Amino acid sequence: MTVADVLLLALGAVAVGSGALVVTSSHLVRSGLYLVVSLGAIAGLYLVLGAELVAWVQILVYVGAVVVLLLFAVMLTRAPIGPSPDLDRPALPAALIGGGIGIGLAVLFADAFRWVRHPYPEPATAERVGEQIFGAWVLPFEVISILLLSALVGAIVLSRPDIGARAATEGD
Amino acid sequence: MPLWLDLLIRVAAVMAGFLVLPLVIGQAEHKVMAHMQGRVGPMYAGAFHGWAQLVADGVKFVQKEDITPRDADRAVFQLAPIVALFPYLVVILTIPLGPGLVAQSLDIGLFLVLAVLGIGVVAVLMSAWSSANKYSLLGGVRGAAQLLGYELPLVLAAASVAMAAGTLSLPGIVEAWQPWWLIWQAPAALVFFIAGLAEIRRPPFDMPIADSELVFGYMTEYTGLRFAFFLLAEYVGIVVIAALTTVLFLGGWHGPFEETFGWLWTLLKIGALSFVIIWLRVTYPRLREDQLQRLCWLVLVPVSLAQLVLTVAVKSLL
Repeated sequence: MTVADVLLLALGAVAVGSGALVVTSSHLVRSGLYLVVSLGAIAGLYLVLGAELVAWVQILVYVGAVVVLLLFAVMLTRAPIGPSPDLDRPALPAALIGGGIGIGLAVLFADAFRWVRHPYPEPATAERVGEQIFGAWVLPFEVISILLLSALVGAIVLSRPDIGARAATEGD
Repeated sequence: MPLWLDLLIRVAAVMAGFLVLPLVIGQAEHKVMAHMQGRVGPMYAGAFHGWAQLVADGVKFVQKEDITPRDADRAVFQLAPIVALFPYLVVILTIPLGPGLVAQSLDIGLFLVLAVLGIGVVAVLMSAWSSANKYSLLGGVRGAAQLLGYELPLVLAAASVAMAAGTLSLPGIVEAWQPWWLIWQAPAALVFFIAGLAEIRRPPFDMPIADSELVFGYMTEYTGLRFAFFLLAEYVGIVVIAALTTVLFLGGWHGPFEETFGWLWTLLKIGALSFVIIWLRVTYPRLREDQLQRLCWLVLVPVSLAQLVLTVAVKSLL
């Protein structure tokens, strides 16, 4: 086992463990904080694999923005300190679906790549990523940017009552 | 030089900078504010113009009792100050002082800096929620809204200078920098500096800790060493924002005799910008919450987007 292997196993264990805590903890806000740990550990995995850019994007987008928005929303509605025993979560079906997908994917990957040894790819420098995105993958990139733009416009329309309300009354 | 010695020197240098620079800035703040308000400030500690005042403050903080409120979420409450301090420590690792004089040179250092600075919001929310205090929670919610909003112009302004330099590495940006960029990138520099001020919640952007209405916002319940950690984070924040503005927009180590005195130029520029940050605190009244959001979304974001267009236009003409 190389250092990279050990790091991958350790970070993977942290990611899976804190991920399990996210869904099993009965402290609402704490499970959001466990999500920070889990996503941070995944960023660490990317870093070990040499995908530096993806790792920092993971931190910037998921830890710095998505989880923060989630925590923000929870704190604006109901965020008691301590456990919330009244949460109704069907634990058994969720465990079945989650565990099933996890084991299924693991079996699938283990079967597909069993005896193939992959060399580590070259480190993903910003230059290489840029060349790939704006060279070979420019069409998907543009399609995704249109999708994001329309989501942005939609969010503005929904959140501004002056535009949204007028459209609704005119439609009636 | 063996690897471990190299590593030890780098870590020691970063820790020294991390501990000494905030003390210098803090003492400068005491003195500058005092003189601007017709006072003399601390004069007794350490005999000469009160130079040891902050050391004395540190000793005082260590002696104070470390209180965790009964209803607080203990673990989260105690972890929050460390989470607040940690991002700045990482950022200091990547800031180049002179040519080749950087603790850790990274290919995409700018990206790392922006990503890690975003973690500060988590610390604000952690401390705000876990304190079990209305004022803390209000301050934290305000703080999170402010940090999320101002991160956008901060990133856009940094993107502009990265596009101009054609690299995401901080030493690379300094090397590519030309004096006429001071004019070309001026709007981005202003936006970055203002958004940076809001990111470290300094006056006039201190709505989250507005002491006259929210006691001290999300820091209300903290005492002793943990409170000192938050204060330290604020002063390291000043250093970090001044240093980033220096490196990205003011040409870092460029100046006369930059081969030998490059590091001095960087430190001088950081000092001058820190002085401006202190000066702004004494000059401007606190922005109201709606004014603060309005400035961000209606002024800074459009200006930084226009700067991106300008950057691309000039870059493609050259």
